[in-house]
Amino acid sequence: MCQVEEEYHEQLERVDRLSLSQKCMKCKEEPAVVVVRAGDAYCRSCFRESFIHKFRAMLGKTRVIFPGEKVLLAVSGGPSSCSMLRQVQEGVGHNAHKKLRFLPGIVHIDEGGALGQSIEMRRKKTSDLQQMFRSTGFPFYIVPLEQVLDLPGSVLVAPSARSDRPDSAYKAAVDLFLQSGGGSDPAGPRQENGQESLLDVHESRTRLLEQLMDSVQTQTAKLDLLNTLRQHLLVHTARKHSYSKLMLGDSCTRLAVRLLTSISLGRGAQLAQDTGFSDCRYGDVVAVRPMREYSAKEIAFYNHLFKVPTVAVPNLETKTSDKSSIQRLTESFVTKLQTDFPSTVSTIYRTGEKLQTACRFSSAAEDSDRCLLCLSSLEPGAEEASALQATLLSERLSQTRGPLSSVPVEPEPAAVGRCCSSGPCGGADCNAGCSSSPTGPQVAGMRSLLCYSCQRTVRDMSSVHHLPPYVLSEAHRRQKRSAMKEQISQFLLDGAEEHD
Amino acid sequence: MPVLCSSCSEKRAVLKRPKTGHSLCKACFFWAFEEEVHHTIVTAKLFKPGETVGVAASGGKDSTVLAHVMKLLNQRHGYGLELMLISVDEGITGYRDDSLETVKRNQQQYDLPLKIVSYEELYGWTMDAIVKQVGLKNNCTFCGVFRRQALDRGAVMLKVDKICTGHNADDVAETVLMNVLRGDIARLRRCTAISTASEGDGVVPRCKPLKYAYEKEIVLYAYFKKLDYFSTECIYSPNAYRGYARTFLKDLESIRPSSIMDIIHSGENLSVRDGVKMPVQGTCSRCGYISSQALCKSCVLLEGLNRGLPKLGIGKHHRLHEKLLSQQPLTESEQRKLKPVDF
Ligand SMILES: [Zn+2]
Ligand SMILES: [Zn+2]
Ligand SMILES: [Zn+2]
Ligand SMILES: [Zn+2]
Ligand SMILES: [Zn+2]
Repeated sequence: MCQVEEEYHEQLERVDRLSLSQKCMKCKEEPAVVVVRAGDAYCRSCFRESFIHKFRAMLGKTRVIFPGEKVLLAVSGGPSSCSMLRQVQEGVGHNAHKKLRFLPGIVHIDEGGALGQSIEMRRKKTSDLQQMFRSTGFPFYIVPLEQVLDLPGSVLVAPSARSDRPDSAYKAAVDLFLQSGGGSDPAGPRQENGQESLLDVHESRTRLLEQLMDSVQTQTAKLDLLNTLRQHLLVHTARKHSYSKLMLGDSCTRLAVRLLTSISLGRGAQLAQDTGFSDCRYGDVVAVRPMREYSAKEIAFYNHLFKVPTVAVPNLETKTSDKSSIQRLTESFVTKLQTDFPSTVSTIYRTGEKLQTACRFSSAAEDSDRCLLCLSSLEPGAEEASALQATLLSERLSQTRGPLSSVPVEPEPAAVGRCCSSGPCGGADCNAGCSSSPTGPQVAGMRSLLCYSCQRTVRDMSSVHHLPPYVLSEAHRRQKRSAMKEQISQFLLDGAEEHD
Repeated sequence: MPVLCSSCSEKRAVLKRPKTGHSLCKACFFWAFEEEVHHTIVTAKLFKPGETVGVAASGGKDSTVLAHVMKLLNQRHGYGLELMLISVDEGITGYRDDSLETVKRNQQQYDLPLKIVSYEELYGWTMDAIVKQVGLKNNCTFCGVFRRQALDRGAVMLKVDKICTGHNADDVAETVLMNVLRGDIARLRRCTAISTASEGDGVVPRCKPLKYAYEKEIVLYAYFKKLDYFSTECIYSPNAYRGYARTFLKDLESIRPSSIMDIIHSGENLSVRDGVKMPVQGTCSRCGYISSQALCKSCVLLEGLNRGLPKLGIGKHHRLHEKLLSQQPLTESEQRKLKPVDF
């Protein structure tokens, strides 16, 4: 069947090679040294100016970060987040032309424990970062991923946001900030430099983390889970040190890859939060992405020309093949397509721009309306005719034969029983007694607490019992609560549960 | 030791379901496949009793399986539908001859009435004649646009209430990816819909009963049922972007088989921002078909063919529509741009 219904030949035009002897398109005097994209050739100083301008324009336009607000920059050591750090440094510096009026801090999550790195190697990497962070004069926190094992359950309960402040509130905050003489000291009053040392990482915690990662049987699910846990730890760190904004260094290229990855993982409903400028799902801590209009190439040029230091930190995807995971496959797909069709990244990015970005955070919503792991709103009872229902039906029909009508729509209990006998812990370390544990949440029961995509991730785990305690106890709490609600359901009046 | 069927636990499993990974015997696979399509039809309320439904038949695997399953389910579950096969003859020498033979055999095997509508009869042009004028590069634009309307025109002629097409889960997922890659938000939003409502006189509502069926399972079903189908790949080059999306989807499926459903799930749950402009659907002022422009795609293409300016419908030449509608001649420079390219 010929499925070609439309023509898009215009988009298929290949890249025009540019001559490099051209003049800067902005000042029209200096020779161009950088060609960001076809037709955009800049000299050194014009490139710098436009790069810096774009950062401030993004913050100015979005009005999400208030003057005087504490903003925590998540810096991985990679090109994009390091470039972001430089933009903030430039912005709050004493001779900054138009000052950024917020109080920055830095957080770095050390994931070496999930990669099986030696403690010596981890210390070396972090000491490089430490040096870089210290030179900024901002408070900074280097947090080992192991700390995710000790998070409080409250991480999964989003407190109400202050995100619905109207535009006038922004103005008022600016005025207040100026009156109070704010901005005289860019970094604000010296805060404690919470340099949480790696020395604090107990070997037993690392072992638990390794067990958790090992219990995830596919690389795709591993990356997805790691992403979720990292996010929890970032939000927690921000809260702990009373930062109300979390600044992420995602570039346009990164976000285009993430958008396609999210679609492939079934996260369509969360696309806007995953890729938009701001993400309000955590309530009182709002994540923002000011680097979202820079391409990876642009950032690489900038870092090279203006000597922005980066620290190469290996991650789970390092040295893996293209087909090791959906995340990796998508990245290499987009990268290859971008080489052939230079508009690929920007086109995908613009698709994301047209999706719902409004923060639909409502403090009235019960926690149970949100996914236990990623905190996205759970899709209200999926329609009968949907991919979700079709999948559940396929599983059911492949297992027990019977007349359709008599089979209840109940997901099959997944691999709980496999844990201790064949799991990585071999039964020895598992204090909960895994499969026979009467108190722990079961995978099947856990499903109702998770969004479609997080269900897929958890399915790839040999046992949910290796999830961090804060996740398990919160799951348990929600299950108990919904069981309670069921018991008393006939006595509840409509809307009663909305006000607690 | 033979693997037992995970469903009946009695018979020997003969296949591993691509969708779920379960090992099933032949009978249990047939049952599951058919009941899943039935579930789709019932829950999405695709048909009403007493309706006449045209099954778009190309002779390929998707439409052959669709025709077979529709006939079977109509009887098994008493849908009360009047079914018929509708086939389009584009007039491509050698390409359709075999597939039309297949459709004709299907007609006998399934005992369903068959109507073949030809491009020549509908448009006055065969695909062969079109290719002669436009060259190989752009002809897929023509066969896609013309085929869509041919089905509608055929359906109207036959007084059919609905058309169902053989689009499967892979097709839908692939279209989601393709629309993301080219930033087509309007199509992205529409492409996961299982059925289209009737819009305008010239359009018959369409639906995709195989929307949640994996392509691989359709092939397995046809194979074990020994269904007679013709392997139709368009003999002309496929659209490059769709090719990329297809390869990507196959790779995703090999890493995580549920990817196909996951992508459809994503597509079904996308929310488009308020204020993003969506093209307004109007109707063609010449033939009444849905069109966002004054003239529908196929009328523009036809006009171009008849005037000897085949590139007319291929680029974006909306501003010329007024002229075309009022039968005005084009200027010399306008003509030059639209002349066939030399090969
Ligand atoms: Zn310049
Ligand atoms: Zn989730
Ligand atoms: Zn069986
Ligand atoms: Zn074609
Ligand atoms: Zn028309």
